[in-house]
Amino acid sequence: MDTLRYALHRLASFFRKKPLDQDLDAEMAAHLEFAVEENIQRGLTPQEARRQALIRFGGVEQAKQHHRETRGMPSLDILLQDLRFAFRTLKKDRGFTIVAILILALGIGANVTVFSVVNTLLLRPLPFTDPARLVWMEQADAKGLSGATYSVDAFEEFRQQNHSFEDVTAYVPFYGTSDYKLTGHGLPQPVSGVRIAGSFFQILGVRPALGRFFTEKESLPGSAPLVVLSNAYWHRQFAADPTIAGKAININDKPVTVVGVMPESFDFGAVFDPGMKMDILLPQVMDEIRDDGNVLSFIGRLKPGSTLATAQAEWNLIGPRLHHNARNPEWSIGYTATLSGLKDHVSGKLRRSLIVLWSAVGMVLLIVCVNLANLLLAREATRKKEFALRSALGAGRGRLVRQMVTESLVLAFSGSIFGLALAYGTTTWLAHQGSIALPLLSSVRVDTVALAWALFLTVMAAVFFGLVPALRSTRSNLQEALKESGRGAGEGRKQERMRSILVISEVALACVLLVCAGLLLRSFLHVLDVDLGFLPSRAGSLRAEYKLGDIQGLTTALAYQRQGAAIQAIVEQVKNLPGVEATGVSDMLPLDRNRTWGLSPKGSEYKKGEHHPGTFVYITSPGYLQAMGIHLREGRDLNWSDRPETQQVVIINNAAAKKFWPGESAIGKTAIVGGERTVIGVVDDVRETGVETAAAFESYIPVTQAFAVGAELVVRSKLPPEVLAPSILKALRQINPDQPEVAFRPIQALVDRSTSPRRFFMILVAAFAGLGLVLASLGIYGVISYSVTQRTQEIGIRMALGASLQKVRGDVMASTLKLVGLGVVVGSIAALLAANGISSLLYGTEPGDPRIYFGVLILLLSVATLAGYLPARRASRIDPMVALRNE
Amino acid sequence: MADQKLDLLQGTLDLMVLQTLETMGTLHGYGIARRIEQVSGDEVLLNQGTIYASLVRLQQQERISAEWGTSDNNRKAKFYAITRKGRKQLQQDTAYWGRLTSVMNRVLAMQAEGSE
Repeated sequence: MDTLRYALHRLASFFRKKPLDQDLDAEMAAHLEFAVEENIQRGLTPQEARRQALIRFGGVEQAKQHHRETRGMPSLDILLQDLRFAFRTLKKDRGFTIVAILILALGIGANVTVFSVVNTLLLRPLPFTDPARLVWMEQADAKGLSGATYSVDAFEEFRQQNHSFEDVTAYVPFYGTSDYKLTGHGLPQPVSGVRIAGSFFQILGVRPALGRFFTEKESLPGSAPLVVLSNAYWHRQFAADPTIAGKAININDKPVTVVGVMPESFDFGAVFDPGMKMDILLPQVMDEIRDDGNVLSFIGRLKPGSTLATAQAEWNLIGPRLHHNARNPEWSIGYTATLSGLKDHVSGKLRRSLIVLWSAVGMVLLIVCVNLANLLLAREATRKKEFALRSALGAGRGRLVRQMVTESLVLAFSGSIFGLALAYGTTTWLAHQGSIALPLLSSVRVDTVALAWALFLTVMAAVFFGLVPALRSTRSNLQEALKESGRGAGEGRKQERMRSILVISEVALACVLLVCAGLLLRSFLHVLDVDLGFLPSRAGSLRAEYKLGDIQGLTTALAYQRQGAAIQAIVEQVKNLPGVEATGVSDMLPLDRNRTWGLSPKGSEYKKGEHHPGTFVYITSPGYLQAMGIHLREGRDLNWSDRPETQQVVIINNAAAKKFWPGESAIGKTAIVGGERTVIGVVDDVRETGVETAAAFESYIPVTQAFAVGAELVVRSKLPPEVLAPSILKALRQINPDQPEVAFRPIQALVDRSTSPRRFFMILVAAFAGLGLVLASLGIYGVISYSVTQRTQEIGIRMALGASLQKVRGDVMASTLKLVGLGVVVGSIAALLAANGISSLLYGTEPGDPRIYFGVLILLLSVATLAGYLPARRASRIDPMVALRNE
Repeated sequence: MADQKLDLLQGTLDLMVLQTLETMGTLHGYGIARRIEQVSGDEVLLNQGTIYASLVRLQQQERISAEWGTSDNNRKAKFYAITRKGRKQLQQDTAYWGRLTSVMNRVLAMQAEGSE
């Protein structure tokens, strides 16, 4: 208690310096007068009396200082003093300050941004209750979604039989963009939705932002239709109407009750399907999809005490006994599962990329620090005399170091403020990049953790780039420094070596960054060069709605016929629009959604228990292949005379043809894929699931011979989309007035979405490498330029003695290239190690690709030549007379 | 030995000031300094100025109080007086000092015996 009051007294006196000082002055004056008076009484002359009094008192100023230090908070005083001084000197040196703050802002801004991304994707837990216990299950070595998912019967059986999970929930991943439409709000609006098991929200542990979520009971057959809105959709479509819960909206022309709104923290697309905007979540009535095969993705919540390993072991026991369809047990071949933590499933694949990104941006900060250390070192060198003088006047080394570190802290914090502003900007921008297929990207922001990280980086940077020069420049010999006439005498050899080491390390770091960026860029170019099997440019797609009316009670053939007729009407209508080169319909598009069926040549059917190689199945109309730009290698395209009652046909891809009918033509052969079908054509392989994933088997089946799950209308045209889209929509409305106002998506957007994570990482690493290169060249320029300034006199003498312009210039260039050469050698070795570390991120590129290393070498040398040339030219223009007179 | 004055141990000045104020009542800075010099027989190396750091510290610790007043010879001066808190502290410190010196004396005496 007393200590606290004492501290408060001291703090109070810190703010009352002036009155307290006046008080002290008066008191001391009185003291001296008492003393003089007493001495005069003892018989001394007034002068002697005063002298004696002063001697007994001791140094007046020291006593006052002692009093002030005891009274107030000396460390606070020094800090304020240092801060004032730092601001003053930095203001005086405006050019230096601006450059320093700018590069610090870039370094710290980039670091905080990347940290925010890493934090969101890797470090922060998923927005669920106790997310560490959530487990993702998918079938082992699956091709396509159908191969990775489970049937409804398997879902129910597994829920009952397992002992590892508190419960298991599921969702149906077979959705497309704009599967639903909203009416009653002007033109019919397209809506994307996903069907989820009733227990989904309970098991994940999510709380609604508004209203409530539906329960398992409400997903039983006969329940009233309910829907949950995503937070973004609620804002976009319903202007965040706080009374929406309980209201009915029209989805697919039927009234559906909105029960609640998802919280902002959990966006379905951001977690489970990056790059997909999911507007609504609907309860799945399991009975409706019981006979649809594999349709469910599983998520389980482990019981406390269960581990991933025990759950996996249990799966391995139960899996083989699970039924594909309980009513037809003979179809079952059992299930397998690979279990992973949900977090791992969501962002585990990105771990390595993110770590690379993090390291790259860390290197940038390192370069920034090295650069600043260099700048400060140059600056301290010119302030050497100032420091020598101050220490001659009694300033301790600690005091000087403290003041210089204060200066660098001021710099660092100023830079950090601008850097944070930059980071806020970039993270906000990133969070709105819906087209980048990275999970959780929409929730990236600079949070408290990121702020703490920024603070840590700032202090570390300040200590690094401030302390090193501070310790160096205050260690110098006092006498020597004072004697040195500054400009005349050459710079200390040690100092020069230190600066050289800094430049070399800067160049080496830049070299590592450039090599990695080069390798990633090359990989990216390779990815862009991949033969997709279709031609994305000049083609676009939109989701066309068609109506079949009531098909209950119709025979399958009649239903197929009705579907075929509806789709044929659409295709014929659009085909005749001006500017349309080709058009066709497929129910799914490559790189978008997919499904797989079993495929085998007739005569070699797979036996029970054997693994079917799946085939991706596209239910398409004639003209689709041409519209997509898929090359027909052999045979014919589908046509409208392929009808339900005519020969059942299929077009397969080259991979399937080569596998099943090696060395012969597949045309005319019979394949079993959704029934017996005659192969009428063979097309090029198409990348179905990812640009970097090799193609598997593919089958194209006419819309007149199988049920389609929708109609993606693909149009190839030279017209720009903004001209084409309205005329297509108008044409579609003539057939179906309820056609929703869907977006016309360029096919290229599908490709871009698939390559977006790679593009994202590549662009960032390249940007950091560019920044590193600029900073390194700035560093080279600074050091060479400084050394030319230091040696003006020496150069003047040499030129007076007959050294030629070329010789002077050449010397400066030689010392530049020596530094850069050493940096490149060190950097290349480090880069080779780093490149091996990122080899799994490369595509079609060797980590040791000599072209990259050679390119980086040329790049660094030419930049260094430029950076060295400017000071070299200045050196060669030194007028010997001026230089020598300038003493 | 007499020409070499004693350096004050850390903290002892505060104790001297408290004791002086306790016995002499209210005094100004000069008076306190002179009193300590007189009592110590000029054996203590005391720059009178240093007393002011001690005074402000004791004041902030609320062990003494201060007030401007007028001296016998009609001069304005700041007068200090010991407070209750100060008296308590003085008692404690005196006791502590007594224990410390007696222990020091015993220890030093033992050494002298041992060396003989």
